[in-house]
Amino acid sequence: MSGLDVQPRVAAGVRFGRVSFVWRPRAVLVTALLAAATFAVFCVSVSIGDFRISLPRVVATIFGRGDPFDEFVVMDLRMPRALAGLVVGIAMGVSGALIQSLARNPLASPDILGVTGGASAVAVFLVTVSGGASAAVAGTVGLSTAALAGGLGTGLLVYALTWRRGIDGFRLVLIGISVSAVMQALTTWLLATADIRDVAKAQAWLVGSLDNRSWEEVRIAFWCTLVLLVVVVSAAFQFKPLHLGDEVAAGLGVRYSAVRAVLMLCAVLLAGAAVSAAGPVPFVALVAPQIAMRLVGSPTPPLAASGLAGALLLIGSDLVARTALPTALPVGVVTAAIGGPFLVYLLVRANLRRRT
Amino acid sequence: MPKGARGPRRGGGLAVLVLLLGLAAVASLAVGARSLSPSEVWHGLFAEPTADQRLNEIRLIVQTVRVPRMVLAIVAGAALGVGGALIQGYTRNPIADTGLLGINAGASFAVVFAISVFGFADPAQYVWFALAGAALAGAVVFGLASLGRGAGNPLTLALAGQGVTVFLTAMTTAVALNDQASLNALRFWNSGSISGVGFDVIWPVTGLIAAGLALATATLPSINLLNLGDDVARGLGVDIARSRIRGIAAITLLAGAATAACGPIAFLGLMVAHVARHLTGPDYRWLVPYAGLLGALVLLLCDMVGRVVVRPEELDAGVLVALLGAPFFAALVWRGKLKSA
Repeated sequence: MSGLDVQPRVAAGVRFGRVSFVWRPRAVLVTALLAAATFAVFCVSVSIGDFRISLPRVVATIFGRGDPFDEFVVMDLRMPRALAGLVVGIAMGVSGALIQSLARNPLASPDILGVTGGASAVAVFLVTVSGGASAAVAGTVGLSTAALAGGLGTGLLVYALTWRRGIDGFRLVLIGISVSAVMQALTTWLLATADIRDVAKAQAWLVGSLDNRSWEEVRIAFWCTLVLLVVVVSAAFQFKPLHLGDEVAAGLGVRYSAVRAVLMLCAVLLAGAAVSAAGPVPFVALVAPQIAMRLVGSPTPPLAASGLAGALLLIGSDLVARTALPTALPVGVVTAAIGGPFLVYLLVRANLRRRT
Repeated sequence: MPKGARGPRRGGGLAVLVLLLGLAAVASLAVGARSLSPSEVWHGLFAEPTADQRLNEIRLIVQTVRVPRMVLAIVAGAALGVGGALIQGYTRNPIADTGLLGINAGASFAVVFAISVFGFADPAQYVWFALAGAALAGAVVFGLASLGRGAGNPLTLALAGQGVTVFLTAMTTAVALNDQASLNALRFWNSGSISGVGFDVIWPVTGLIAAGLALATATLPSINLLNLGDDVARGLGVDIARSRIRGIAAITLLAGAATAACGPIAFLGLMVAHVARHLTGPDYRWLVPYAGLLGALVLLLCDMVGRVVVRPEELDAGVLVALLGAPFFAALVWRGKLKSA
């Protein structure tokens, strides 16, 4: 070494008693902006419909001070849909951020946990195979519940197969991809052999939609997501050092095996909650963390910003799908059509700015 | 392990794979909705047209159905295997598959476009659209990823590929949801089949794949160096940007041509690349030929199994690759046999 005394630029630390964190103004600002934008789009989405309700009245109604008519339109008719979008977006975004961090692979998403693949295979089976057991299952527990069970079952299978004295990122992605490939092949095969009318119905389910959500469906997904988010947040302080590698994390006092196991389970269940509320809306979980990462300027997917980016993407796309497009398209299609190019734009912009 | 001991062993393995592929190729001529005896296969291949109705029929089956399928399975399987090994080498990502560069999504969108706009219904007609779509999507992804100074940074490339894939898949779904003819064609296209394509398609596709293989061969030594890291590779005299451009062009040619002819066959390239790495170690000069031979062998075997499991119906090879290959592959991973790239 040349003896040059180089002081690296370090972000300032903040300490309150036992709690300390690094003060990153940009991260806080971007997260706050994302939250504000999400709330704004949420309100606009609720205000627009067959009958238009002005924004101040929407906000007043949300906080419990609207007149009975507004109350009915906002809370009973439009709120389930908007809330479903919010919850699904947050769940997908956080789930994706967790997976991409745990697998240390930016191409990972809940798709490779098998949750969406398993749910899709079960749903397509129930839609396309008529009669007998499948009709009985669809009749008694409903399509969404059966699909959710299939998704969670597949997710837990991947989890069990990956577990060998801990969760290893490399094993996780390869096992997950294998299981998902089987589910994908089953889905493709079922679609190829089915009646074309059923195929259209199945395809519509596969894309994911926020149409005709009921309060019951949304309420379950909402509480599940909330509980899971509390678990994730409480584990988040242990989570950051995992990016430095297992040895370093262990040296810093992180029980990495336990933390990783808990967080991965949370990711599976969050994806399940999202699928139960909207179907397997594709790509949100893949794209949202990568977009959030680039907006925040952090080297790893930030949890809060990823969830908010997912929510903004989903309810924004739903708004566009309902108001701006000539034909009715499910929200999953619009989400992908907006999210994909936006990710590419961020990549290209970063490339053009890079100096070396 | 000493280097000298490994060479002959890896060479021997290559010979065994070639032998197995030859056996499978011969067997694939005999297996099908109608089983043929070895002598019938021989007649079918080489006999002149005769007055014997039965022999003529056999000749027709062998020459117009079984031989094209065998050739296409070998060519496409080899292309996807080599493409899978290359994309993992270039992106340094163990879950990179040949579909990553937007190739499958581009081909699917072009197929749906051809059907909904031009009303094509025959696979032989939209093969060329699929090829153009795959090439265009691959070119766009690579172009976007190499804008500015990033010059084909592996992560940017992979993510740009995902972004373009996401967008094209959305467009494909949007068309298919509003047009039943497209949806109908799309579901068959998606299952990835070796059948129903004649030599009029197979020859051009083989030509493109041969060009891709030649290009791939030329890049092999530089992948080894690139995997040491960009700085080391540059220090050792590799022109990084040029090597990457060649590699991506090779992958696009290989996977694009195979996908155009058969439809998207997911998982094959990813799986054989990992198995090949397990067999040969990380040296791409061995890994890539192994992956190509394994890809051809797996696709040929899956096509044969697909002909007999649900006779007289057929199960498409693309579906079987995942249904048979994935559990096998998962077992390998679970037993800790595979190492990361």
